[in-house]
Order: sequence, then C-alpha cells, then structure tokens
Amino acid sequence: MTESTGGIDMDEDSSGTVKKFAFVNRKAPYGTIYALESLEVVLISAAFDQDVSLVFADDGVYELKKGQATKAVGMKNFSPTYRALEGYDIEKLFVEKESMEARGLTVDDLVVPVEVLTSEEMATLLDEQDVVLSF
Amino acid sequence: MGFEINGKTYETDEEGYLVNLSEWDEEAAKYLAAEEKVDLTESHWEVINFLREYYNDYQIAPAVRVLTKAIGKKLGPEKGNSKYLYELFPYGPAKQACKIAGLPKPTGCI
Amino acid sequence: MLHIVNKSPSERNTLDSCLRMAKKGSTILLIEDGVYGATKGGVAENKLKAAMADVKVYALWPDLEARGMQDSVIDGIEQVDYNGFVDLVVADKNVQSWL
Repeated sequence: MTESTGGIDMDEDSSGTVKKFAFVNRKAPYGTIYALESLEVVLISAAFDQDVSLVFADDGVYELKKGQATKAVGMKNFSPTYRALEGYDIEKLFVEKESMEARGLTVDDLVVPVEVLTSEEMATLLDEQDVVLSF
Repeated sequence: MGFEINGKTYETDEEGYLVNLSEWDEEAAKYLAAEEKVDLTESHWEVINFLREYYNDYQIAPAVRVLTKAIGKKLGPEKGNSKYLYELFPYGPAKQACKIAGLPKPTGCI
Repeated sequence: MLHIVNKSPSERNTLDSCLRMAKKGSTILLIEDGVYGATKGGVAENKLKAAMADVKVYALWPDLEARGMQDSVIDGIEQVDYNGFVDLVVADKNVQSWL
C-alpha cells in the first residue's frame, strides 16, 4: 500500500485541501481481513472531511450482500456497519455492474443503496481520484 | 480484568471497557459510571440508551461528530452538540458514555 | 477421497483444479469463501452442476449463512454443519485441501 497512499498528507498546512479518495474493495467479507480493515479505515477517514468514494468490484460486491448471519462461524457480522456510513457523510458507494451480475446479484440484494457503474464508467471514476486505497 | 456485582462477574479490557457487550446491564452501567465519577441522571441514560441502540443497529460505536448529529436528530437540537454531551460526560462521550454503555471504544475516536 | 475447497471461485482457480483432479465418486466440500461456488448465479454454477454427475458436493452452512448466501444454494448440494464436516473427513481414507 505504500505506493498508492503517497498522496496522503495530514500536515497542518494542508488542512482545507480536499482530495478525492477512493477505497477499492475487491475481497469477500470473511475469508480474509481486507474487507473489515477497509471499512475501519473508511470510518477513520471520515474524520478528515475528504471526498470519499467506495468502490465494490469483483468479490468485494459480496461485502454488501443482505442476510449475513455470522453467529455459527463465531465472527463479527460487520455488514450492518455499511448502513452507518451515511451518518459519517460517506454517501458515494459504487458497485461495478459486471461484478455484480457475474455473481447473480442485483441492487435489491445489497444492504445499502449504491450507484451501479459499468467497467468503463468505473475506469473513469478511478482515473479521477487523487488517492486510491486498495483492499 | 473485570468486576463483580451481586455474584455476577463482568470481564473488562485493560482500559476498563466491557469485553462482552451481552454482559452489560444497568448494574454494570452504574458501576462503570461510579468508576468514571459520573452521577447518572435521566439525561445520561438517554445518551447511554441511544448509544446501545446505535450499536445494535450498526455494530460500531459512533464517532463523536456522528453521535452529536444523530442525537440532535433524535433527541432535539439542544442536545445535539458536543457542549451538551461533554457536560454530561466531561472526559468525552467516546471515552465515558461508550464505556458506561458497555460498547467498545469507537473507531476513529479522537 | 474428500476434496476441500475454501477459496472463492471468482477470486482463485482452486475449484477448477479440484474439479479437474477429483476422481469420479469422490466428495467435494465447499467451506469458507469456497461456498460462493455453491451459489446460483455465481461463476461456478454451471461447471459445478456438470461435475455433480460424477462427484457428491457438500457446503458448510455456517459459512453460507455468514455470507448471506443461504437462500441461493444450487439444488442438489447438501449442506452440513461442523459435525457433518468431521463425519466427511473420517468417512474417506484421505483428504486434499485445495488451499
């Protein structure tokens, strides 16, 4: 992550400059720690009043699947936390259409409202960012 | 680490936060409040109950900024500011209110 | 023989390797992110259905439920709990985990 985070600058003199941050989520929720780590960083980033977008592509779309119930596996179900993002003023959630469809999912299967983008639109969105954080 | 009330034990972490949210009850809240030297009033309980509801809904303890905004929406603008919350919980709603409510320390807590 | 797959079929190719090298009559158990392979509309649906003529496929339901996929399991895949997992392991003489 060292290369792609090069744009973060939290010095006093940079306060007031707003950068476009994208968090790219590409992993299923429980098999690895990436999804949860990303969510925690997103919540912390909300304190810095930046222009934050969340991208869900590939297996990352599974993070938003409704109906997660983790009692039997003894892990924390963090899917309800995506619904708290609105309260943190993080309202730009994008799902790649191709990834969602390849998994037999529709927006009705997801825990939060999202904007669905084609790969081409996603390419543009990513290209416009100042900082991309990859998970 | 932990404490005991009427034969029931409560496990806490090194900072005094309850380890198991499910162990929380009003007795535990009173004990934790006494530890923090906070006298619980109706206004305190309002915030504590709000925090527990928030956690139940979203599985996180809210950041202070988010808490004040949400409290203002739910309990009225005169309560939705950090001055009000700091008067109730002088060492900070994050540190004290969450602890008394049995929640983990908030992510991004400042 | 029991084959265990724990990776998502859309993230890794371990299910493909497993299906290629699993002998007719063997058993496949999908666990952890491997359970996405057991779901309707997923990338592995067709190849898994085809393979089910030759192999018996199981999925661990606690992992399905954790991921919210419990209602979209392909017909014919049997769901097991942790005890069932153990039963499958002891039922066969050997186990390959496609990590």
